[in-house]
Amino acid sequence: MRLLIIEDDRDAADYIVRAFREVGHVADQAADGEDGLAMALDGDYDVLIVDRMLPKRDGLSVIGILRDKGIETPVLILSALGQVDDRVKGLRAGGDDYLPKPYSFSELLARVEVLARRRGGRNEDTVYRVADLELDRLSHQVKRGTEEIVLQPREFRLLEYLMKHAGQVVTRTMLLENVWDYHFDPQTNVIDVHISRLRSKIDKGFAQPLLHTVRGAGYMIRDGAR
Amino acid sequence: MTALGKLLRTTAFKLTLVYLTIFALFAVFLLGYFAFNTRRLFNEQITNTVNLDIEGLTNQFNTAGIRRLVLIVEARSRRPGSSLYLVTTPTGEGLAGNVGSLPQGVMANPGWTETVYRRLDESDISELHRALVRVSHLPGGFRLLVGRDLDERDRLYDVVLDAGKWSAAIVVILGLAGGFFVARRVLRRVDAMTDTTRTIMGGDLSGRLPVAGTGDELDRLAENLNAMLERIEALMRGLKEVSDNIAHDLKTPLTRLRNRAEEALRRQPSEAGYRAALESTIEESDGLIRTFNALLMIARAESGQARDNMVEFDAAEVARGIGELYEPLAEEKGLELTVAAPASVPVTGNRELVSQALANLVDNAIKYAEPEAQKNGAPSGIVVKAAAEGDRVVLMVADKGPGIPESDRGRVVERFVRLEKSRSVPGSGLGLSLAAAVARLHGGELRLEGNEPGLQAVIVLPRGGPQGAG
Repeated sequence: MRLLIIEDDRDAADYIVRAFREVGHVADQAADGEDGLAMALDGDYDVLIVDRMLPKRDGLSVIGILRDKGIETPVLILSALGQVDDRVKGLRAGGDDYLPKPYSFSELLARVEVLARRRGGRNEDTVYRVADLELDRLSHQVKRGTEEIVLQPREFRLLEYLMKHAGQVVTRTMLLENVWDYHFDPQTNVIDVHISRLRSKIDKGFAQPLLHTVRGAGYMIRDGAR
Repeated sequence: MTALGKLLRTTAFKLTLVYLTIFALFAVFLLGYFAFNTRRLFNEQITNTVNLDIEGLTNQFNTAGIRRLVLIVEARSRRPGSSLYLVTTPTGEGLAGNVGSLPQGVMANPGWTETVYRRLDESDISELHRALVRVSHLPGGFRLLVGRDLDERDRLYDVVLDAGKWSAAIVVILGLAGGFFVARRVLRRVDAMTDTTRTIMGGDLSGRLPVAGTGDELDRLAENLNAMLERIEALMRGLKEVSDNIAHDLKTPLTRLRNRAEEALRRQPSEAGYRAALESTIEESDGLIRTFNALLMIARAESGQARDNMVEFDAAEVARGIGELYEPLAEEKGLELTVAAPASVPVTGNRELVSQALANLVDNAIKYAEPEAQKNGAPSGIVVKAAAEGDRVVLMVADKGPGIPESDRGRVVERFVRLEKSRSVPGSGLGLSLAAAVARLHGGELRLEGNEPGLQAVIVLPRGGPQGAG
């Protein structure tokens, strides 16, 4: 995966670039809005990581120009402004995801991977399959092998999101945002309890667990045999 | 600037001058109109009387001749307060009447004239009177003069003129004095206000503007400014509290964080030991970030910035959503969480913030009711309720936990305040503060009530948003 990081704080940028390289991605960096825009226009990137406040050209304006030129590369906005309306502003300007500072690298990585994958497009599938687990998005049926699993509506959406991003780490915040549509931090980890409920329905009694906890990051649905 | 100069420059005094001018002009106009009309009325009356007299006398002359006319004129001339009469021969010799002397040529021209004259019975020859007279030439060359003295008219005219002068003088003097008085009074109050403002600007925020209690516009101004000062003082107090609290509640975890890192360096433990130390460092900083975010959120809600994004949303849907989010957690803790909400409760506000506020209340309820539930063994209930009550919308969370003593209810809403016995329960101490700030942002309030046993936390919101609350 090729990434462009437009961030004026050199320490932060260096840290992200190093971390992405460590997990096997190619990461370039630009230190201001003008350079970033030029590089984004020239290079072929899978995901752009754009800081909101940049010298020379504001992050939102960089995104606006890219979108005007028909460049649809997914953009993740980083911002010290973490409030709801700032996030809405960022997404309205053409960003695809928004992460307030300070963030953990695992959160950033999970989100960037989901964005890069979205480009490939799995949205159109009507049936998601992971090993012998099958989720039909139209009939709302879930089966593990031949056995039908009955889920509450929210559990269904939770599983749907996890399976849509099968093989990828999904963080608690991502779940809260995408499954529940809340953008705040519930002080207690309510998501964990929902996951364990879901786990008891889809994994309990089966030899091979599919829903895994990724320590320090989140959750992942994955075919463990592969 | 001298005191007088300051006084003359006041708005009150300038207004007085304007009113004074207008009023004086009006008085002059009124008196002038009165004088003019009186004069006209007098003239009309004189003209009518004289015309009637001449008509009657001419008739007498035509039917009975000059002798009869002379007799009648003689008789009428002697009556007290009579009109002026004079009958002369064609050559100008007087036959009858009470007019002593006239200027030359008055009798020669028939018609109306204003002239001077002297009465026949007057001894003082220096005194001349003015009269309005009509001369009529009779057949045979006789001349008849009938007229009225104008002294009365002129006297009245003088009286009116005098009254005008005096009243104008009085109006001006009283007006100026009143202007001075009002201006000085206003100036004194404004000066008092200015003094107070200076002390406040000097840093003493507890100062308040004097209110005279008359309910006038200056009082209203002072009251409004006082309300503003009240709010500013509260905000400043909040700010100070926050900085104090940040000092205390952020420094404590920061110290812990630093200590742990330092200890790891000093002891040089195994790799697993380093890992554990680093992990706890990250955990600690996550906690710090969370606290920090909550503080920012509260500050933001309190400053009223989030008011821009208010839309209509369904409070019942929020109650169900939050209930659904927390229900598994509650169940895990041995609590039964139920949601009581009608199909739809529309309210204007910031859905995200209200959701978060409600989530904090539910989170609290679960945290504090849990030990109680463990003790009793029986599942204790938490009720999340949304309802419309008149023009307000309430979102309520009721638990059967230990509750909050009535005396502490005001205090727990403040930032970082945690009651002694809840120190052991994890939390930042910001949940209720945030809920209260969100409620205030919407023009509503957070009410903490007893649930016998337990706590009932109620977010009251005006249905139409903060504007609707006025």
